[in-house]
Amino acid sequence: MEFLQQLVNGLSLGALYALIAVGYTVVYGIVQLINFAHGEIFMIGGFGALAVWLLVPGESLSIWMLPIMLIGGMLAAVGVALLTERVAYRPLRNAPRLAPLITAIGVSIFLQEFVRLFFGRIPGFPDSKRAIPFPQIEYVTGEAFNIGGVTIQRAALFTLVALAICAGFLYVFVNKTRLGRAMQATSQDPDTARLMGINVDKIIMVAFALGAALAAVAGLAHGLRYTNIDFKMGFLAGLKAFTAAVLGGIGNINGAVVGGLVLGVVESMATFIPGQFGGSAWKDVWAFVLLILVLVFRPQGLLGARVVDRA
Amino acid sequence: MLEVKNLQVAYGRVRAVKGISFTVEQGQVVTLVGTNGAGKTTTLKTISGLLRPEAGEIWFEGKRIDSTPAHEVVTRGLAHSPEGRRIFPRLTVEDNLRLGAFARKDKAGVAKDLQRVFNLFEILQARRDQPAGTFSGGEQQMLAIGRAMMSRPKLLMLDEPSMGLSPLMMQRIMSTITELKSEGVTILLVEQNAQAALSLADYGYVLEVGKIVLQDSGKNLLVDEAVRKAYLGED
Repeated sequence: MEFLQQLVNGLSLGALYALIAVGYTVVYGIVQLINFAHGEIFMIGGFGALAVWLLVPGESLSIWMLPIMLIGGMLAAVGVALLTERVAYRPLRNAPRLAPLITAIGVSIFLQEFVRLFFGRIPGFPDSKRAIPFPQIEYVTGEAFNIGGVTIQRAALFTLVALAICAGFLYVFVNKTRLGRAMQATSQDPDTARLMGINVDKIIMVAFALGAALAAVAGLAHGLRYTNIDFKMGFLAGLKAFTAAVLGGIGNINGAVVGGLVLGVVESMATFIPGQFGGSAWKDVWAFVLLILVLVFRPQGLLGARVVDRA
Repeated sequence: MLEVKNLQVAYGRVRAVKGISFTVEQGQVVTLVGTNGAGKTTTLKTISGLLRPEAGEIWFEGKRIDSTPAHEVVTRGLAHSPEGRRIFPRLTVEDNLRLGAFARKDKAGVAKDLQRVFNLFEILQARRDQPAGTFSGGEQQMLAIGRAMMSRPKLLMLDEPSMGLSPLMMQRIMSTITELKSEGVTILLVEQNAQAALSLADYGYVLEVGKIVLQDSGKNLLVDEAVRKAYLGED
């Protein structure tokens, strides 16, 4: 029973990682950039959702606020992601790899500090230098479900359902639409994609927007689940999600989802490790041990990398 | 139809194309031949917009295109089948072909052209749902030519279509080019295999380290003594 409980906990934690990991992987798949600021896009998704809730008068906790908050979070996250792509990354498109990587770290710090210093200055908004309570929307938060002795938090279930819907949407988008096929082509061979008439700049924007939209879903889910959000929540979550993306095979969208879920489960299962190396205090250690093992023995990731290759 | 004037292209400090001029007329097959490093591929890449010239002009159907982005050049009616085939290995044959028609909006026309490519290369129809990366070199070349045809180009540029193919497969590709020519497709063909290219070309240009050193009808170049010595392995 304890095992099942930890499995459920791990899957819902992993669903959060997976939603963020997709953003790392789609952007990497197209431009070979590790966007270290993507964790902050997730954070901004949470803050965007909160901002919309604050702007709607009445402090309503009705379930109808949820889609409104989701749209607010997505608009904020997608907007900021597209802005960073245009301002920070695009000018470095042909620079050596190290330049955009360092830029990404800079963007990450900038966004954290911007939210920390700016968000609370908006009239009526709470101080953003510390954690801000997140509205606990009815139905998706509150009393947990209990199924045969296994406790499932409502927000955890929300996260899992959100991942399932997003993964389904992604599958259809990537495999069944014209734009999705153009994205795959660009990821496999950008120059030849241009010869087909594909505007690669546009595809890159689509990749950033797609990743940001999913990160915003994760930002909202995080707020509901942990009852508050703060400006630095993107750091560790981003690092874990990046780990998940590498674990699954960076560049591979299915891999990001699988990698996220596996990472979440491994973290939860760390409680079963007996002695002084077990327990939740050690979960991050075991998560990164897993990453190191995968990198040593299966560097292409669990499902294999889908980086550009030439047959 | 296509007019290249005093084109110069450089990679960093290395100038790969040093001022070449040539024309392609409607319905012609024109070939650029020459050894490795002569600047043939660079020239095609510059025409299709993947590279930018340092100097010179490229005119296509009366419009200057040397600063047009690559993804727009194809919509003007100029298709480029790149060196090394460059098919999308993890997409199916059909997806590869449909990407060739990415810029087109006429669904019925695309369906018709897809059938036309399948008629031209039956193997592609038989394997339309398979990932293109599993194909042999010759099959990938057929796919690459078919993909370029899918944009219904006014001018088709083929870069080394015979590269790395068995003699039999090479013959098959060359006869396809002849077939396309008889259908009235205008073709700019780049080849290291000068013999094959000159035999089917209306007009040919011989490139040597970034310059055109000789130009004449395909027939005449084929019997030209200097060409025979340098490119056709005779002494």
